[in-house]
Amino acid sequence: MFESLQERLGEIFRKLRGRGKLTEDDVNAVLREVRMALLEADVNLNVVREFTKKVKEKAVGEAVWKSLTPGQLVIKYVRDELVNLMGGDEPRLEMSQDPPTVIMMVGLHGSGKTTSSAKLARYLKSKGRHPMLVAADLHRPAAITQLQVLGKQIDVPVFAMGAQEKPLSVARAGLKAAISQGNDVVIMDTAGRLHIDQELMDELKEVRDYVKPHEVLLVVDAMTGQDAVNIAEQFNTQIGVDGIVLSKLDGDARGGAALSVRFVTGKPIKFIGVGEKTDALEIFHPDRLVSRILGMGDVLGLIEKAEVELDKEKMEEMQKKLLTQTFTLEDFLDQLQQIKKMGPIENLLGMIPGFSGMPKQAKEFVADERELTKIEAIIQSMTPSERRNPAIINAGRKRRIARGSGTVPADVNRLLKQYDASKKMMKQLTGGKGKKRMPFNLPFPL
Amino acid sequence: MWLFKKEEHKEEKPAAEEKKKSPSWQFWKKDEPEKRPEPKPESAPSVPEDIVVAEIPEAETETAANETAIEETPAVVEEEPKLSFFEKLKKGLGKTRDKFIGNITDLLPGRTKLDEDFWDELEETLILSDVGGMTSAKIVDDMRDKSKRGRIKEPSEVLKVLRDNLAEIMDKGDTSLKIPEGELVIILVVGVNGTGKTTSIGKLAYRLKKEGRKVILAAGDTFRAAASEQLQIWGQRVGAEVIRHNEGADPAAVIFDAIKAARSRGADIVIADTAGRLHSKVNLMEELKKIRRIIGREVEGAPQEVLLVLDATTGQNALQQARVFKEAVDLTGIVITKMDGSAKGGILFAISDELKIPVKFVGLGEGIEDLETFDPKLFMDALIQVEEG
Repeated sequence: MFESLQERLGEIFRKLRGRGKLTEDDVNAVLREVRMALLEADVNLNVVREFTKKVKEKAVGEAVWKSLTPGQLVIKYVRDELVNLMGGDEPRLEMSQDPPTVIMMVGLHGSGKTTSSAKLARYLKSKGRHPMLVAADLHRPAAITQLQVLGKQIDVPVFAMGAQEKPLSVARAGLKAAISQGNDVVIMDTAGRLHIDQELMDELKEVRDYVKPHEVLLVVDAMTGQDAVNIAEQFNTQIGVDGIVLSKLDGDARGGAALSVRFVTGKPIKFIGVGEKTDALEIFHPDRLVSRILGMGDVLGLIEKAEVELDKEKMEEMQKKLLTQTFTLEDFLDQLQQIKKMGPIENLLGMIPGFSGMPKQAKEFVADERELTKIEAIIQSMTPSERRNPAIINAGRKRRIARGSGTVPADVNRLLKQYDASKKMMKQLTGGKGKKRMPFNLPFPL
Repeated sequence: MWLFKKEEHKEEKPAAEEKKKSPSWQFWKKDEPEKRPEPKPESAPSVPEDIVVAEIPEAETETAANETAIEETPAVVEEEPKLSFFEKLKKGLGKTRDKFIGNITDLLPGRTKLDEDFWDELEETLILSDVGGMTSAKIVDDMRDKSKRGRIKEPSEVLKVLRDNLAEIMDKGDTSLKIPEGELVIILVVGVNGTGKTTSIGKLAYRLKKEGRKVILAAGDTFRAAASEQLQIWGQRVGAEVIRHNEGADPAAVIFDAIKAARSRGADIVIADTAGRLHSKVNLMEELKKIRRIIGREVEGAPQEVLLVLDATTGQNALQQARVFKEAVDLTGIVITKMDGSAKGGILFAISDELKIPVKFVGLGEGIEDLETFDPKLFMDALIQVEEG
């Protein structure tokens, strides 16, 4: 997620590292690269202009700092400005004092409204609400069925009428049904429409005027290009948007659309979609997104996730082991199992600082969930003493382990090599060279 | 000039369609000047009532469950007014064109020489159309170079040179579908989530049916809820048999069954739908490779066409999508959808430039007829109008 942008920016900052002073030429050189990186990330050109202008004003004005390297200084300005752009604090969903709260999902075709509606319903349900989904997309064939199937999966009632109805009558009847059935949140899925299709935009206005939604959420595909600005602007001026749901963030799109949309509407991004399943919805954290874009990794996100899923004691124990370097394959296995509990591995990896800097092959290796299963099988085929002391694994043992895990000895070799490499890396990380100490400890080796 | 050529078409059209004034800048091939039939679902005589293959045990219940949805479809189709089709295009593409041209011609007034500012602005205009930083730089560098060597002297010549340059990039040869006679043709349709694969398949099936082909649709998207139903409704609309399994079934098995069904029914073409998948998901791309392998194993030389459906609103990521899908399943063409919006689809230049995959179809709306063949030359002429002479 965002790693391409991360890589780009990371490269630029690396170039600046180690120089003594930040000159105007330096700033210009960096900003040229930043500009191109942002454009390639699909941030709208006008937004990029505004952005680089502001950074330049600030950076050149205070060019020489003694406490920071030039690279760090630029990181600081770029980051500050990005944070500024993405908006300060964490966004919330507006809940009505007088239920039901009505949430209307709008957006282009294929942006992910129906899936996001179901995800949101599931999220609200987990927060103790009683949502109802209303199938007001009467345009796309089988959109109603899709919502019904999803509703069944997450056990949330779906209000639907025939596809020949008008959206307004469905909305009206849906709202009534929610009130009579005591649902405190109504999530209305609407048909995808082009922001320049006046007829359909008017239809949406009609529905909005009747149901008076507390939240109009615009669903924007994270892969959207320069046009994101026009889309957001049109929906915002015509319908009035309260927040953004950024979908398909689990892909490798650089996600510059997030910046653009935020910039033109001034409305917060409230949720991000990070997968096809109904639980793949996360609250958006602007500060984290910015850190992620900057290649600093989402340390916060990782820690938060880790806290929820990981046993605290185990983590402390692990940390001790890391520090004393008594980390065994048994611990490795333990961690693998913990990681698996935390969700799709690729989602997690994006949060790790420096991951975007890893060679492609290594990334592919780690990101492949099946590869992890293989590793698990190999370790499980070892005896406890082999796990504690891998040095004793000779050719014969390797053959046995491979047979037991359905792999070949080469796989076992590879794992052992990786284990050695991880151990070495940990030695460096925890070796305590004083100033270069990492501010955190990874709960698993890479 | 192309624009006038288009005007001629108008006269061939029946008077009844007077409002369907073909916009002079349209870039898709206008291959049917005759009156289009009402897009009511035509029932193919040879297609049996039960649209699910008999071998599938759940067939009966599945079909019954879908009956309600299917019944509603004629109404939907009829509600699409024929006139709004062209109006939509005009509005949508008009916007694209106005902005593109608008931006570029805005650069021209008051300029007497081609200085660095001019080239910078031209580059930014291209970037705003999603052409991408790298490709834009390449295009502009080339033009700047031409200008230095005296090939472009006046700012007014810029548009023409730009048009020719872009048209050259876009021209990747034959844009028609490969449909060899006498063999079973499999068209595999792939893409990320939400680009419009199923809709494009419906429209494509309609086109091919109109050409007199017998088409079978394979509901290979077994992942997304109700995706098979969606395809089935399209199948009803166009009168094409749909082979489907239950949700969660192996997509390769669905397509395998569709091929079998096509053979036994003597069909010409199988269009295989697949689940939307982000190209970055390794396991899902592996699944796609497997689907392709199985098609190749079952029918020699198949799939004859592997079409990537791209959303015109997508930015630079579309290039990566095309790259990865090409590597995985060897694309033969691109369908660019949602070109009736305000997105300009400039990423097509980058894709064409780097990957040499021809764009074959353009999606221009939700209606059954809103799919046109792509003509790169007309596309460029549509985007960049040049006053010649």
